[in-house]
Amino acid sequence: MKIAILALQGAFAEHEQMLRRLGAETMLIRNLDDLDSVVKEPSSSAEGWSGAVIPGGESTAMMRIMRDEGLFSPFRQLVLGGLPVFGTCAGLIMLDRHHLGVMDITARRNAYGRQLGSFNAEGEFEGIGRVQMTFIRAPYIEQAGPEVEILARVDGKAVAARQGNMLVTAFHPELTDDTAVHELFLTMVRQRQSSQSFVSGAADVLA
Amino acid sequence: MEDRTTLNRQLAQMLKGGVIMDVTTPEQARIAEAAGACAVMALERIPADIRAAGGVSRMSDPKMIRGIQEAVTIPVMAKCRIGHFAEAQILEAIEIDYIDESEVLTPADDVYHIDKRKFRVPFVCGARDLGEALRRISEGATMIRTKGEPGTGDIVQAVRHLRMMQSEIRRLVSLDDDELYEASKQLRVPFDLVQYVHRNGKLPVVNFAAGGVATPADAALMMQLGAEGVFVGSGIFKSGSPEKRAQAIVKAVTNYDNPSILASLSEDLGEAMVGINESEIQLLMAERGK
Repeated sequence: MKIAILALQGAFAEHEQMLRRLGAETMLIRNLDDLDSVVKEPSSSAEGWSGAVIPGGESTAMMRIMRDEGLFSPFRQLVLGGLPVFGTCAGLIMLDRHHLGVMDITARRNAYGRQLGSFNAEGEFEGIGRVQMTFIRAPYIEQAGPEVEILARVDGKAVAARQGNMLVTAFHPELTDDTAVHELFLTMVRQRQSSQSFVSGAADVLA
Repeated sequence: MEDRTTLNRQLAQMLKGGVIMDVTTPEQARIAEAAGACAVMALERIPADIRAAGGVSRMSDPKMIRGIQEAVTIPVMAKCRIGHFAEAQILEAIEIDYIDESEVLTPADDVYHIDKRKFRVPFVCGARDLGEALRRISEGATMIRTKGEPGTGDIVQAVRHLRMMQSEIRRLVSLDDDELYEASKQLRVPFDLVQYVHRNGKLPVVNFAAGGVATPADAALMMQLGAEGVFVGSGIFKSGSPEKRAQAIVKAVTNYDNPSILASLSEDLGEAMVGINESEIQLLMAERGK
């Protein structure tokens, strides 16, 4: 299983370590050439790139680079085509209605205030159980459409969600020793691989 | 480890692969954010002007810092003088995201640095070598940057400091366990930090390059030497076209090992800041606070 990690800015190395620990292969996406190799790799084969991660960092910085370097549309098309994607913190913001516009959620940026508002919590995660949650100048999900399944709440605020091929958390599972959320993502990737419907989506992008 | 220290180290992890820019007005802050800065450093005068003006340089007016906090959504940092814990308390009171206990300002204490563990806000400190870096970490710094030589546009000192740190880290890694006690004595740092570096081959906190970065190539050089991100002070708003240069340096940090991308980023940037050579400077800021 190969996972492409958006490495424009932020804590991408932490996801890389976590995914490798779980036995996945990883590749860092820094520019359009890198992304092209994800698109072109025959995704029907077991060798194909089968998922993507958007790490924590600053969403304004990552969006700027994505737009300027021509990554915005092709990446968006990959996600719309069904590529499983996992966004943490800034990644959650970037997948929302007002950024990449692929997930039917509205993120509230810096929802807990400045760095003094950063905190640790332990919360119930749908299908997993108790999960350690690290919130760093974190957002939460302010509003979500009917297709979105909220997977975790902290103090009543939605902090994790899934919509089809998209998984988001406002917190940073990659900063803890708990691999459960990444395992959930890899399960989504496996399900997608066996259903094969992603193949046609990626082929459309190429055409 | 205490919760706050860990959370503060983790904020620095989120800044990795990014550029932190010095700004003096809300407008500059907005330009920096739009250009893709991962944080801004709010200060009244950029280092080149501090150097030119001479005299005693202090923490910036909190009102001016607040104006910048209101202008952007990215983290806002500000500088206090070395050892000036009252300035740091003021910066904490206005909920700054990171304090830079900085040699760019005139030191307030020529013996002691701030006991940074007493604070809930994070601190970044400058270092010229591994000993300095680990001493600052032991005092509670949750992020390190090279000192470089601020306000000069000359990268030589930042290169020297980063190379020094990296070679000392490699040396510690190569030692036998029983040699670490002596290393701790020589470096004048706590044993547990020496042991951490020996086992992990890196600092326990994020390490950025700072001081003298003026071009995309400078940023790429520092990243290839092992920096995890860069601070750009005078290099942007002292140059011909700040907006374009800021964007170019941001992208150079992302694609630091891709010469063809760096070539196109380096085109048509207009005039770079006028540099001052190491031999021409009278005041070596890096010598402050060891």
